[in-house]
Amino acid sequence: MSPSIGSLPPKYRVTVDRDQCMLCGRCVENCAYGAFRIDGDRIRTNSRVCTACHRCVAYCPRDAIDVSERPLDYRSHPVWTRGVREAIYNQARTGKIVLSGMGNALDYPMIFDRLVLDACQVTNPSIDPLREPMELRTHLGKKPQRLDLRKKDDGEVELLTELSPNLSLETPIMIGHMSYGAISLNAQLAMAKAVSAAGTFMGTGEGGLPEPLRPYQGHMIVQVASGRFGVDIDYLERGAAIEIKIGQGAKPGIGGHLPGEKVNAAISKTRMIPEGSDAISPAPHHDIYSIEDLAQLVRSLKEATEWKKPVFVKIAAVHNVAAIAAGIARSSADAVVIDGFRGGTGAAPRVFRDHVGIPVEAAVAAVDAKLRNQGIRNEVSIIASGGIRESTDVVKIIALGADAVYIGTAALVALGCRVCGNCYRGLCPWGIATQRQDLVDRLDPEAGGVQVANLIHGWTLELMDLMGAAGINSIESLRGNRDRLRSYMIDQALMDVLDVKSVGA
Amino acid sequence: MCGIIGVIDRGRQTMDGTAIRRALSMMNERGSGEGAGYVAYGCYPEFKDYFAIHVFFDNIHETKPRVDELLHQWGRVVHDEEIPTSDLPRLRKVHTPWRYFFKPDTRLMPRSTTPAEEIVTELVMRINTSIEGALVFSSGRNLGVFKAAGWPEEVADFYRIEEYQGHCWLAHNRYPTNTPGWWGGAHPFNLLDWSVVHNGEITSYGTNRRYIESFGYKCTMFTDTEVVAYLVDLLVRRHDLPEELAVTALAPPFWDEIDKMEGDRQRLYHALRLTYGSAMMNGPFAIVVADQDTMVAFTDRSKLRPLVGAEHGDRLYVSSEEAAIRAMDPDITNVFMPRAGEPIIGRVVA
Amino acid sequence: MDELVIDAAGMHYTPLNKQIRAAVAAGVKRIRLDNVLGQRFIANGVRGDVAIEIHGVPGGDLGMFMSGPRLEVYGNAEHAPGNTMDEGEIVVHGSAGDAVGHSMRGGRIFVQGPIGYRGGIHMKQYEEKRPVLVIGEYARAFLGEYMAGGTVLVLALHGGPAIAERGLGSGIHGGEIVLRGGIDPQYLGVGAKEIPLSDDDWARVLSLIREFARHFGIDPAPLEKREEYTRIVPASARPFANKYAWE
Repeated sequence: MSPSIGSLPPKYRVTVDRDQCMLCGRCVENCAYGAFRIDGDRIRTNSRVCTACHRCVAYCPRDAIDVSERPLDYRSHPVWTRGVREAIYNQARTGKIVLSGMGNALDYPMIFDRLVLDACQVTNPSIDPLREPMELRTHLGKKPQRLDLRKKDDGEVELLTELSPNLSLETPIMIGHMSYGAISLNAQLAMAKAVSAAGTFMGTGEGGLPEPLRPYQGHMIVQVASGRFGVDIDYLERGAAIEIKIGQGAKPGIGGHLPGEKVNAAISKTRMIPEGSDAISPAPHHDIYSIEDLAQLVRSLKEATEWKKPVFVKIAAVHNVAAIAAGIARSSADAVVIDGFRGGTGAAPRVFRDHVGIPVEAAVAAVDAKLRNQGIRNEVSIIASGGIRESTDVVKIIALGADAVYIGTAALVALGCRVCGNCYRGLCPWGIATQRQDLVDRLDPEAGGVQVANLIHGWTLELMDLMGAAGINSIESLRGNRDRLRSYMIDQALMDVLDVKSVGA
Repeated sequence: MCGIIGVIDRGRQTMDGTAIRRALSMMNERGSGEGAGYVAYGCYPEFKDYFAIHVFFDNIHETKPRVDELLHQWGRVVHDEEIPTSDLPRLRKVHTPWRYFFKPDTRLMPRSTTPAEEIVTELVMRINTSIEGALVFSSGRNLGVFKAAGWPEEVADFYRIEEYQGHCWLAHNRYPTNTPGWWGGAHPFNLLDWSVVHNGEITSYGTNRRYIESFGYKCTMFTDTEVVAYLVDLLVRRHDLPEELAVTALAPPFWDEIDKMEGDRQRLYHALRLTYGSAMMNGPFAIVVADQDTMVAFTDRSKLRPLVGAEHGDRLYVSSEEAAIRAMDPDITNVFMPRAGEPIIGRVVA
Repeated sequence: MDELVIDAAGMHYTPLNKQIRAAVAAGVKRIRLDNVLGQRFIANGVRGDVAIEIHGVPGGDLGMFMSGPRLEVYGNAEHAPGNTMDEGEIVVHGSAGDAVGHSMRGGRIFVQGPIGYRGGIHMKQYEEKRPVLVIGEYARAFLGEYMAGGTVLVLALHGGPAIAERGLGSGIHGGEIVLRGGIDPQYLGVGAKEIPLSDDDWARVLSLIREFARHFGIDPAPLEKREEYTRIVPASARPFANKYAWE
């Protein structure tokens, strides 16, 4: 540590209540960062290494542990915040780009929280999902603009239109792409069990499809990212759908590196690269430098899998997202994934995480409007991701025009993640963002699978209730139905983008 | 609430407006006196090849010349006049209803397979969105919509509805909710040959409107019913769906019912739902749609609004209430209630 | 059936590939495609043991995701032949466009003439899978960028330098680029370094030279001078490790 800067205040303070503590040692055992040690008849703590992951708190049988955030803060200042100051200290010491974990951490207003939902009163009845049908079934993929029919001699109508392959979801909630390597096999397994049980889908991320996940491949969307890790014809054929990842909301415009120290034997096998080698995903796909090249990759993937699989394209929500999505809609792609700037990640440069990209609410509204205006909305489905936290976010984003959502962080939280943001350390005490076997073993895929399935189920029930209250019994009638939203304290320019009226209007 | 009624004579025998006026008034408990309207098919036999464009003018002197100019630019007006009305003490004449008999110049829309209809649709959208103080509320051939803010019998007397003859009539008694009782907001809504009367509220309106506007239609009347006319025009005229399937697209079976179907039928219904998911209408509704030869009535797929059908010889009746039908024709032979989403269809065979 | 001949004139690539797949499934071992002109994705994702002769100019992504077949092109190839190829061989009697062998994971590509930009970009290897890209004449800029495995060999048969443009092996973190005739150090990319060939390296390169000569019917002897070759390898398996600090 440079003497001219000195040590910075600890982020957290861990204290153990000696009256409560019975020296069972569970905290010592559970903390992967070494914040606790037994010293004779007491537990001693090293607050500086604490990440506030709460593993110790969760496993202390006596509630003896307390973790407080920012016990010693800097002199408060609205401009020179703690984060700004500490980034400067860091860079003054290292001269490097500052990386951080999880999603956007700046205090931007949440658009979701400024939109309110509608309910029926008198002029139409609310629908009771307990006794009336409530349809959440969602089809992702290209839909025809119109149908080609022929009247047969017997008077029956024959359908001549050949439908493109669509994914059929029982609920519009999927789990987004988190790769093997970024997260553990047990975390992926738990989510795979959950989506299979819930009749929905999850993404593999770009780390390939590890063998233990193959029993669930019918519910997996295999990703093709710029690094092409683990991509071969076998992998493509196993997926229920294929997703080309162009960009990611947490770090639009840049690639990603899985550091060599995380590339152990198993990960090296699924990614098909040597052990210990960095897994580098370049910023662009080097066979896509223009929109027609994207169309070429989409068609190449379709041709390789004989046009049997829907192909999705994921882009980060950026300023020109609507026009980009309109280009994608013309590429033979079946769905476009719009990843908003609140999307999570294991690691992203802080400046990108906090400053690049736009919120998914505005992006989806703009994309849906653009596609409708150009008469090509049926060409692609819209999948929204990046900062979907609860079922109301799902309802709101669908009303803004999405067909379905990907959740990411929410699924990890259902597995125990405390959003401590230290994924990059590889020491996740919850067994999620780690490859250390003893830590991975802490996450039971069966129990985890039930937890994630419970979350999806709970949200699905809430979705039905919210739709029923709005007098809607089918998800298609919610999609793009912005009339059922009102904005609360959103400025006129954004209201125009969202195409939503103010409360009271 | 609202009350609706429709009748079609499948032998194309005409009836005057007396009976339907009486029937609609039967349902005054369903209305509020702020809107009523009628449409008669076959009421302009002397101009049957011309589009009868009915316009509400706020001010004849300022706005009418702009409509005249637009019509002359796109075709030929063979006759126009103020729609004859009677002075009534309780119905304030806030607009001047006018009618033009118009033939579009189809050479101006060379790339369309239905150029006349395209031109008229375009004119309706253009006048309603860009000429303030003018509202086209009827634009079909050999048919006329007559509507205003008031009770059914007042509106009927105002337009002297007994003097018109039609082989098919729809009528509507309004209880407004979403928009105030203004003349444009009264039913029937019409575009080209399609007319719609509607009871209920379409909770999917926001989805339907954005969908239909992506095909160039413009919703200008601030009400959910208007969108039904455009959806039917899109599905039947532009997408060539048979009426039955158009109704299925608008009020489709539930997925669990489709799952139980077999083979081609399942494929067809699956495709219909995928293709027309954004056209499907949600919420409580009973709707009657008509064109020159057909009258179709259907409800939402949970049957949240009433609909009764009845027959007497060539005459097919549909209404919110049986009593209204009996007020019109006491000698009806069979009375029936269709299932949710299942259309009652009457076609002229003569 | 010995050989299936398909006249590809005016044919779309999807029915063409359908015919190829059906033939391979039926056990056909040799296919000849005549009058190929611009059809993309030929043999895309095709598995198995089949030799396909292509007469004409195939379109982009020739043999993408291919796993096993051997393609011999009598004509030039467009961009990215062998893209993300898994196994098999592509021999081009002519030139090829940009991004030849992009993300190639296995198999071999031989191009008689020159190739375009970004050849061999992000090629990678895993255990026995070691992709090979041999270029007869020269390559354009960014050759072997982000390379993570395999071998790129440029023979400079045209008499000029194998490559004289920027970004050679930028970000290379695995594999090797072997050049006949050396390299001007100004063209070396970030993270790439030049080293001489070891005996093992030379043995490997020599067998590739002879294979190349066999494919194109030339005499390998003039190319078999070890001192003419230089080898570009990663300076580190973690080329960008020093760019970042944690929050």
